Amino acid sequence: MSGRLELAHLSKRFSGLRAVEDVSFAVPEGTIVGLIGPNGAGKTTCFNLVAGVYRPDAGEVRLDGKRIDGWRPDQVCRAGVGRTFQLVQPFAGLSVMENVIVGALNASTNVREAREKSRRIIEQLGLAAKRDQAASSLTLPERKCLEVARALATGPRILLLDEVMAGLRPTEMDHMVSLFRELNTKLGLTILLIEHVMRAVMALSSRIVVLHHGEVIAVGTPAEVTRNPAVLECYLGGEAV
Amino acid sequence: MSELLLEGVPRRGLILLFALLALLLLLPLVVNDYLVTVLILILYFAYVGQAWNIMMGFAGQLSLGHALYVGLGAYAAAALYVHFGVSPWIGLWVSMAVAAAAGAVIGYLAFRFGVAGVYFAILTIAFGEFARIGFDHWRWVGGSAGFFLPVANYTSNDILSLRGSPTMFYYIVLTLTVAAFILCHVLLRSRAGYYWLAIRESPEAAQALGIDTFRYKMYAVVLSAAMTALGGVLFAFYYNNLFPEQVFHISRSIELILGPIIGGIGTLFGPIIGAFLLTALAETLGEVMRALGVDLPGIKQVFYGICLLVVVVFLPDGIWPPLSRALGLQKKPGEGDKGSR
Repeated sequence: MSGRLELAHLSKRFSGLRAVEDVSFAVPEGTIVGLIGPNGAGKTTCFNLVAGVYRPDAGEVRLDGKRIDGWRPDQVCRAGVGRTFQLVQPFAGLSVMENVIVGALNASTNVREAREKSRRIIEQLGLAAKRDQAASSLTLPERKCLEVARALATGPRILLLDEVMAGLRPTEMDHMVSLFRELNTKLGLTILLIEHVMRAVMALSSRIVVLHHGEVIAVGTPAEVTRNPAVLECYLGGEAV
Repeated sequence: MSELLLEGVPRRGLILLFALLALLLLLPLVVNDYLVTVLILILYFAYVGQAWNIMMGFAGQLSLGHALYVGLGAYAAAALYVHFGVSPWIGLWVSMAVAAAAGAVIGYLAFRFGVAGVYFAILTIAFGEFARIGFDHWRWVGGSAGFFLPVANYTSNDILSLRGSPTMFYYIVLTLTVAAFILCHVLLRSRAGYYWLAIRESPEAAQALGIDTFRYKMYAVVLSAAMTALGGVLFAFYYNNLFPEQVFHISRSIELILGPIIGGIGTLFGPIIGAFLLTALAETLGEVMRALGVDLPGIKQVFYGICLLVVVVFLPDGIWPPLSRALGLQKKPGEGDKGSR
């Protein structure tokens, strides 16, 4: 399973506001990369540029060498990019199972197959007890899990996770972290994650990209990034930890 | 195939379903002609309600102009029959194609240019009104003076040209209703069904999961339009007269969607229960009024309004979801697999 993602000189403005400016970085195949930065740094905009929600004003997005910028979200998904939403968007009136089946139908047109696959994924994410409940009855952490389950069910080569750890209890977070690590090592799934919870980012990411005011200000290993003066400046106002 | 049909259907539901079907099959043998015409009306509304439900209940696209498809279907088959002697069994394909094409145009305009929600509903009304005014002036099909089919000879049934007794029409519309029910049941369990529900619940999330929302919304509109047109064909050959002011009028569109709304939008039984309750009660009301010698024009509309009000306030999901639970056809949330849908 490949899943190399490259962002090259991506820019996006919203009527004068530079949300993302000349952003370039790569997510090598089979790695986990963290995308961090203060609020409003342009992280989610980056995701939406990759996922096809926005068309970039300039620059390219490449998946395994193939340009996908300007594609529609459903085309990007079918190309092998699964994503979650920061503001979770469950199909509220459908059951947990049905939610995941919708995702699974992306990979297999056979409903029965999709159902089997969904059952496994729901199990894997610890939602089995809630399987037949309406998604609207889930708690926020459960909804985050459901987002991940749905995205996973589409059979992605690369997974874009937008703050899935926020609001989770430490034990739930540990479960998520070990799940992503397992998916990464066993299946070779490439992961790009936006995360504010540093414990999770540090534990998972082999590399971290730091955005600030829509620009990349640092790229490196977790250790490198946390010692980077520019990063400390934007996060903590200049004082070293 | 039978596995696909029966999967996830509770046993008790199946028994009730067959009992209902048997009852409907036998009813014309025991009731009088008047009641047969009421039953035809009920099944007609159940059928077109089911067709509308595909668009609104499944795919979440509110159409307030379904009279357009009824009218196009009715006029196409009737014109072919009157002017060229084409059998309605051939004409109905033309009817479905014409309505499907109209649905495709409306769907394309709306979905390509991001017309959604209330604005989409207004667009569907607008097209219905275009058609009403257009047909008012189209002399070839009678214009506003109406278009008439040769009146049926009730002594013999001619199924090939759909000329015959109410009982014949009853069995035809029953067949249509059953077929639509089975089709919707299968669709809901198919990929398209899941995709429609996903689009209804959250178009953005649906698209992120790889669903070509434009395409699947188009499927829903085209299928719903074509099915509704079939109802129109029946309408034309049953009533034998078509007036644009009646057929295409927005009140027809509203009347058609009351059943599914009251019965339960997005459910398979909602359109049937809703049509049954509304039509049966409205007819009873009419009879009572006549018996009392009271003549109140518009009383039926007032009655529909009250029904709608009561259901919206007390049963916002419609009658079917709570009824199915009461009948034990649907497990409570968390109790197991999905039930009545």
